[in-house]
Amino acid sequence: MNPVNYLYLAALLFTIGAAGVLIRRNAIVVFMCVELMLNACNLAFVAFSRMHGNLDGQIIAFFTMVVAAAEVVVGLAIIVSVFRARHSASVDDASLMKL
Amino acid sequence: MSAELAAYATSGGEAFQFWVLGTVAVAGALGTILMRRAVHSALCLAGTMIILAVFYLANGAYFLGIVQIVVYTGAIMMLFLFVVMLVGVTAADSLKETLKGQRWWAAACGLGFGILLAGGIGNASLTEFVGLGAANSAHGGNVEGLAALIFTKYVFAFEMTGALLITAAVGAMVLTHRERTERARTQRELAEQRVREGKHVPPLPAPGVYARHNAVDIPGLLPDGTPSELTVMQTLRKRGQVRDVSAEALADLKALEQRSEERLGRDRDEEEATR
Repeated sequence: MNPVNYLYLAALLFTIGAAGVLIRRNAIVVFMCVELMLNACNLAFVAFSRMHGNLDGQIIAFFTMVVAAAEVVVGLAIIVSVFRARHSASVDDASLMKL
Repeated sequence: MSAELAAYATSGGEAFQFWVLGTVAVAGALGTILMRRAVHSALCLAGTMIILAVFYLANGAYFLGIVQIVVYTGAIMMLFLFVVMLVGVTAADSLKETLKGQRWWAAACGLGFGILLAGGIGNASLTEFVGLGAANSAHGGNVEGLAALIFTKYVFAFEMTGALLITAAVGAMVLTHRERTERARTQRELAEQRVREGKHVPPLPAPGVYARHNAVDIPGLLPDGTPSELTVMQTLRKRGQVRDVSAEALADLKALEQRSEERLGRDRDEEEATR
């Protein structure tokens, strides 16, 4: 097996995540799909790191993880506060700027 | 010869692992976007993330593999589950489409995008690979190698991520913290208010239909058989988790009548047959 297959798997997971972001209406599930896309990118970075024989790809994947953690914390806090204001986690309901 | 061969193909064991776990990972990803309940989606995604951790380990990224398990499945997915429980486990996604045909268009766009990505990877000349053996052993190991890069070449980015994490923590606290603008009323004040308004001076009626059910989510029945919303606590009422059993007794009675009717009819038929 050629390690390029890891890239194909990453592309497939990224595509599934992107389709999920477009299809789902629940804000939490949309957020999970974004996480799936980030993970797919990480897999591609790690595979590239192995192909080129240096550790820079792993460093980028590490930074991606840190940024994803920060993003999840703030994003979930926003979802919780929107849910408190509207009693709904659907992205369709949050159609106004004001609460 | 064997070294050249190793630069073009992985071991058979890794290929087996890739095909088996890769299938499970894709199934988990599909489950994430297809499951109707957010809890099931979260569990599917956690499975996919664990498998990705195994793939990182197989690719020689030992530090990232462990961090993936600790940070993603350990912290991020648990945070997701926490918020799902907070927002409401039972809240399933609505199947109503707000934009006509949006799902099919989204699936078609995803398919096209996937073909585009796969075509790009297929056209790139990526037949040979170097492997991480030399890079990992240059500083004595994978963790040491990463540390040497983080604290020299990427030290500024590392500092920036520290600032980002602190900002995110403060932001999350600001967003979820709610300041109480007014003092919570005491029990005595509430009681005085009830007496002053003259409504519901005695305690609220108890929930449950004592002959059959005594759970707190079942409203008590009024003399005419209709359920009384007042008997169920406010939290359950707001969540819409009130279980109405007022029709059950009537349904039971109806079923009993139907059974006796069938029985009597059968007896009558038998009598006529014997006659």
